[in-house]
Amino acid sequence: MTVDVLIIGAGIIGSAVAEACARRGLCVQVLEAGIPAAGTTAAGMGHLVVLDDNPAELALSRDGLARWQARQHALPSQAEYRACGTLWLARDDEEMAEAERKQILLRQHGLDSQLLTADELRRCEPALVNGLAGALRRPDEAVLYPPVASRWLLSQAEALGAVLLRNAEVNCVNDEGEVSLSDGRTLRAANIIVAAGNQSTRLVPGLPLKPRKGQLLITERYPATVHHQLVELGYIRSAHTNDGDSVAFNVQPRATGQLLIGSSRQYNDLDSGLNWPLLQRMLARACEYLPGLLALQALRSWTGFRPATPDKLPLLGRVPGCQRLWLATGHEGLGITTALASGELLADLLCNTRPSLDPHPYDPARFDTWTAATPIQAVEAATC
Amino acid sequence: MSDLHTEIAIVGAGPAGLAAALAVCEHGRAACLIDDNPKPGGQIWRAGLTAGSRSATNREAWLTNPAIPAELTARLARVEGLRVLPAARVVATQNAGSLLLEDASQARYLHYQKLIVASGARELLLPFPGWTLPGVTGAGGLQALVKQGLDVSGKRIVLAGSGPLLLASAATLRAAGAQVLLIAEQAASRQLAGFVWSLRHWPAKLAQAARLRWALRGVPYRAGSHVLAALGKERLQSVRLQQGQHVRELACDWLGVGFGLVPNTELLQALGCALQDGSAKVDALLQCSQPNVFAVGEACGIGGVDKALLEGRMAGLAAAGQVEAAQALIPARAHQLRFAAQLAHHFSLDPAIRQLADAQTLVCRCEDVRHGDLLAYNNWREAKLQTRCGMGACQGRICGAACATLYGWPVTGSRPPIQPTRLGSLLQLETTEAPSS
Ligand SMILES: Cc1cc2nc3c(=O)[nH]c(=O)nc-3n(C[C@H](O)[C@H](O)[C@H](O)COP(=O)(O)OP(=O)(O)OC[C@H]3O[C@@H](n4cnc5c(N)ncnc54)[C@H](O)[C@@H]3O)c2cc1C
Ligand SMILES: Cc1cc2nc3c(=O)[nH]c(=O)nc-3n(C[C@H](O)[C@H](O)[C@H](O)COP(=O)(O)OP(=O)(O)OC[C@H]3O[C@@H](n4cnc5c(N)ncnc54)[C@H](O)[C@@H]3O)c2cc1C
Repeated sequence: MTVDVLIIGAGIIGSAVAEACARRGLCVQVLEAGIPAAGTTAAGMGHLVVLDDNPAELALSRDGLARWQARQHALPSQAEYRACGTLWLARDDEEMAEAERKQILLRQHGLDSQLLTADELRRCEPALVNGLAGALRRPDEAVLYPPVASRWLLSQAEALGAVLLRNAEVNCVNDEGEVSLSDGRTLRAANIIVAAGNQSTRLVPGLPLKPRKGQLLITERYPATVHHQLVELGYIRSAHTNDGDSVAFNVQPRATGQLLIGSSRQYNDLDSGLNWPLLQRMLARACEYLPGLLALQALRSWTGFRPATPDKLPLLGRVPGCQRLWLATGHEGLGITTALASGELLADLLCNTRPSLDPHPYDPARFDTWTAATPIQAVEAATC
Repeated sequence: MSDLHTEIAIVGAGPAGLAAALAVCEHGRAACLIDDNPKPGGQIWRAGLTAGSRSATNREAWLTNPAIPAELTARLARVEGLRVLPAARVVATQNAGSLLLEDASQARYLHYQKLIVASGARELLLPFPGWTLPGVTGAGGLQALVKQGLDVSGKRIVLAGSGPLLLASAATLRAAGAQVLLIAEQAASRQLAGFVWSLRHWPAKLAQAARLRWALRGVPYRAGSHVLAALGKERLQSVRLQQGQHVRELACDWLGVGFGLVPNTELLQALGCALQDGSAKVDALLQCSQPNVFAVGEACGIGGVDKALLEGRMAGLAAAGQVEAAQALIPARAHQLRFAAQLAHHFSLDPAIRQLADAQTLVCRCEDVRHGDLLAYNNWREAKLQTRCGMGACQGRICGAACATLYGWPVTGSRPPIQPTRLGSLLQLETTEAPSS
């Protein structure tokens, strides 16, 4: 039997695409080499946040957040969805001006936010250091626990008839709709979607995708120490630098009362072990904002790799020059937020219906150097 | 705080670590001995409340622990070049050659040339209905509580589980005035008889067993018997036991249950040392798969105090450059390893022990994960990600070993820090590179 859609990778992106396709009545198979939701998805922070560095990022994250909000009540309690809101922290007048700019921009897109003065900020988050200039509060943003949310999406797809194949490591794909597995099997489908996160480059060589390492640390339980997800306004600068290592203050109150502390960004370090100097920089930064952290017990730290494109926007659409071969990856540090939006967009493209978002900014063909360098013949030659 | 430097760092001041320290320093080398307890002695010689000042920083005061054989203490008191760091925990390994230590007031790096890991073992606790009730503890855990001052005089106590530790624990409890109602050993009487018969090759062990049995005269010791459930509302009131074909209930105040021991390998894993069957993989001279790291005592395989003392000595000699002297002990170690194999063989777990938990029984106490929640999974990583089993304060120290026993999942993926650590300790920035040797 030939299925309509074969999805490679059961991370949150593959799972969201599977669910959106299954909901449209397509016959879906998901191939997972390892354990569903145990790749980058298991390492992520699970902050559902609108970022506004460029219009395309804003559009996708806004749509993604709205879709999570709409489905929050269907999530299992273990997904720990909590609408705790985000506070963008301003250290000085310059950052306060940035907060104001952000508020205006968000309002233009129908997103509510409030500016907090230094006093108001202190009252709502007393654990923060004195002397901050204020904050911008985004009340409707949320956090969730990504592995469970991701697995839930996949089980929704399964309930609609999608089939998950475990221990199915894909070795190569082609535009004829063929997928070869490392155990020797060949599967066929009308369409193939590569949603293999960082490993997507193995299947589609030349993909403009680089792993960007991040580190997080979680504490023991300290309920009600912090109430919002706290992010410094400098975060975007850190997220959008193109080289060099960076850290930014980013702290999340988990439903368990634990504090999840981020974040760092690093290219060219493929070692999954901890980078201590960078961890220390990250923690030092966190303690500048939350001095009380120094006395708390750290339980565990880990690393993860964000699949990053040069412009930090995902790759959603056909592989340039291909008909049956599609991409759904490259979500960098925002893939939990944008998973549902990405799933819808790709499913619409696949079904030839008009997506609610303009798909062009995410079209893999935007990287024209890559299009020229890797016609599909080259892909086949290199992978089969 | 400024960094510490030593030639040979030894983690753990139980029998293995103490023997290693002695061998190193008696051969003119410098050692630094770290243990997270205020006093030396490890599990078997756990110091009681009376064992001198508990905040001693000078070596002699620290060493006063009457539980440790006097000859060992006397020799340790005489050596030069031994530095002790009591009540300090190794919490992280940043790069080869340095450990991050934390104590109540500070954190600092210790740079070493060679490292001997003598981190010992903990009890294997397996879930059964009621095991989280107050009044239910580990068998060795209850012994430790008593040594640290818990008053059990006149209390009715049942010990259950497996292995010689049940007897050692019972002897301590009885000496403290407790009424030990029953020792329920899960191994069948045929297995036990085989073990006792094998002891003729280890006369010292046989004598030790005989002494324990004498100390425990009158206390029923039942083979082929295991706990089914701990019963009680707010607190333990009685225990239900399987004894052969019969089920029996016994009213009691305390229930201590331990199914054997599990090596503490977190530090070894953080160092990147290979494991085999759950303990450190070592060569004939106790060297791990990473250079300049040795593992000794329970950390490289459960085998009791004599094995621990011998291996500590061997690794100490080897680390101090006395390779021939260390090699001369290889046959003696082989003898101890045969004893360890007897232990493992004769006290192997009855498959019924894996079936004690019902769907409602907690497996992970930190995160409230029940046996029924875990049945849907077939590996540790997925179960952990989806249920949070092992993600709590103990980081799977207890439920990881339980899941390995119950479901056959090898435990993977230990992450830093090695133990919960103050964030401020991780921020210790004044590290300098280890001096080249
Ligand atoms: C430290 C950190 C913090 C983050 N914080 C946030 C946050 O707060 N908010 C947010 O929105 N996002 C966050 N992210 C980003 C988010 O986690 C990722 O964008 C997202 O998880 C990517 O999902 P994915 O499905 O593309 O990749 P993955 O989860 O890696 O899934 C890919 C799957 O494909 C499988 N696979 C790979 N190769 C093959 C093959 N050949 N055959 C079969 N299967 C294969 C893998 O086994 C894996 O399961 C964070 C990321 C990191 C690292
Ligand atoms: C609860 C319990 C009770 C026991 N009671 C008895 C008994 O009564 N009789 C008997 O014969 N055997 C008993 N045993 C068996 C015991 O394991 C051996 O007899 C013997 O103590 C093993 O010696 P060792 O040096 O290998 O380890 P241990 O004696 O366990 O010593 C290891 C030491 O290392 C320390 N340590 C570990 N990790 C770190 C770290 N990261 N930082 C700092 N310090 C660290 C530990 O706190 C401990 O003090 C008991 C075991 C347990 C678990």
